[in-house]
Amino acid sequence: MKRVLEGSDAVAEAVRLAKAEVISAYPITPQTHIVERLAEFCADGRLNARFLRVESEHSALAALIGASSMGVRTFTATSSQGLALMHELLHWASGARLPIVMADVNRALAPGWNIWADQTDSLAQRDTGWIQFYCETGQETLDTTLQAFRLAERVDLPVMVLLDAFFLSHTYEPVDIPDQEAVDRFLPPFQLRFALNIQKPFSLSQLAPPNVYMEMRRSIHEAMQQTLDEFVVVEEDFEKIFGRRHGAVEEIACEDAEIILVTSGTITSTAREVIGKLRSRGEPVGILKVKLFRPFPVALIRQSLSRAKKVAVIDRNFSFGASGIFAQEVRAALCGLPERPPVFGYVAGLGGRDVTTEAIEEIYRHTESRSSPDEESIWIGLHEVDHEAGNC
Amino acid sequence: MKLEIVDHDYMHPGHVGCPGCGAAIAMRFVLKALEEKTVMVIPACCWSIIAGPYPQSTLQIPVIHTAFETGGAVASGVRAALDMNGDTETTVVTWAGDGGTFDIGFQALSGAVERNENFMYICYDNEAYMNTGVQRSSSTPYGAWTTTTPNREWKRMRKKNIVEALAAHRIPYVATASIAYPEDLVRKVKKARAMKGSRFIHIYATCPTGWRMPSEMAVKIARMAVQTNIFPLYEVEDGLHYTLNFTPKGYLVKEYFHLQGRFKHLAESDLDQIQKMVDEDWELLQRKASVFV
Repeated sequence: MKRVLEGSDAVAEAVRLAKAEVISAYPITPQTHIVERLAEFCADGRLNARFLRVESEHSALAALIGASSMGVRTFTATSSQGLALMHELLHWASGARLPIVMADVNRALAPGWNIWADQTDSLAQRDTGWIQFYCETGQETLDTTLQAFRLAERVDLPVMVLLDAFFLSHTYEPVDIPDQEAVDRFLPPFQLRFALNIQKPFSLSQLAPPNVYMEMRRSIHEAMQQTLDEFVVVEEDFEKIFGRRHGAVEEIACEDAEIILVTSGTITSTAREVIGKLRSRGEPVGILKVKLFRPFPVALIRQSLSRAKKVAVIDRNFSFGASGIFAQEVRAALCGLPERPPVFGYVAGLGGRDVTTEAIEEIYRHTESRSSPDEESIWIGLHEVDHEAGNC
Repeated sequence: MKLEIVDHDYMHPGHVGCPGCGAAIAMRFVLKALEEKTVMVIPACCWSIIAGPYPQSTLQIPVIHTAFETGGAVASGVRAALDMNGDTETTVVTWAGDGGTFDIGFQALSGAVERNENFMYICYDNEAYMNTGVQRSSSTPYGAWTTTTPNREWKRMRKKNIVEALAAHRIPYVATASIAYPEDLVRKVKKARAMKGSRFIHIYATCPTGWRMPSEMAVKIARMAVQTNIFPLYEVEDGLHYTLNFTPKGYLVKEYFHLQGRFKHLAESDLDQIQKMVDEDWELLQRKASVFV
């Protein structure tokens, strides 16, 4: 059934269809619509789950660590400062191999207070052992959230589903909501391999000295590697039932492209518009949309980008003292190739500033006009700031 | 007096606590009262170590070890999952030290009991961060030396009154207990186990290593803390109804203080002041106990 939904609603509908059993959350703009919808589902009986209204994001994830350890399906949603507060327990969830699913609405970190789109919150969590998916549309968000449960429970790792603040979380689009019966075929009931029980007592997450710790970490890495193949299977099964797939990465007009723009999230939609126009003028440009960020799909990225003459990565995020974070990862992925295109890194749209069609065209023109980048990161649309005058 | 404590132990021999560890004695008696149908949540504390390293454990019940400040929250999640699985019988117990309860875990604990989560939270209190080498906590008593309150910088703030803070949440049951009074301790844990909603038990668990005293003094010092009114044994139901479990024999606090190296720097005038503070606290407690009889 198609309905016109916000991205936030799409997440909530997926969680309802996935029959999450314990949900725990703390309010933060712009995540609130997701958890408000879920609270309604729980209150009116459309979802049979316990909703824990905890006193912080830290406790939201802690509660799910407790619940998931007992073998029930769990979900939380947060954003920005909330995700940063969870940081310690992000490591705990993956280290304990718990298939918790979380939606994070990508929002800028303070100071100054900024509630608008920016991916630095979740990209700063890239080393925590969570699988990360960056979504572009409402439909993709719903589908990915359903897939996230299936994938998490296959590889025993937590999954973060990312959606851009407002551009996706609060934007209404037609979204196909699958039937419960079809979802049940796709997503079997959850069974944790090592759920605690009183018949056969054991301890979880206890003291792990140097003689065992390293192997534990290695097994998380192996599960991450396995995720790359497992996600293909999940998408195949999903496509059989629902007739859709989105891919770990998506190539858009890349076959003969000389310049490939690398995008993630909703900037991709704007870029689609731009390359449509450029292509109609005969300009050889394509897009590689990167949806799966952890594990980073190095082989797919190499395959798509090694043919291009130049690569332009657009980052709505930044690692201070380094560069845009997708640009870093793309450079690292390509550096092992004997022949590789130069990678231009563009930083745009931090803190919710619009990344317009004009901005993306500017990025394309800038890349086209140079044989190699003059600097590590090129910031797009920066205003002149007069610090002496105390204003900008 | 007849000992009504089961013989069976739910601890394997071979925990790795220090000799005379009050926290190990406390765990042994608590498990006797809780029995099998228990899931325990242990945030970072001495017991993260005492239980033993993977793949060994001295505990014969299911345990989730977890992060320092999460005792209230993880237990809330465990309870929710058990309920969703139709198991309303198993008792969920958080077992935390004073640092994890009075300090870093206070927010999650307050949140959990404000929601009146159906679980038991037991704090074994050894009055400092012992596992990390005796640093002061908000449970460290007035007058104490610790490695972060050394020499002339001995702690000049009162111990936080955690029992009254919990009682102020108006939860069904709050009690103090001591390793020196095992029958009383076991009775309280059993009583709490039979109740629903949030239950909090504060156990005085001496630490010979951190308190700078011989290990064989562990139980004697715990008994003296009760007898001097430094640690009165009492219960509070619904935040209103106080029951005092022990009538003191009138020992002076200095007898307790003189036996511990952590207080050896205190002058007689300091001890006089501490005696006054303890007397005031005791009088306040007695008055509270007389409000709703």
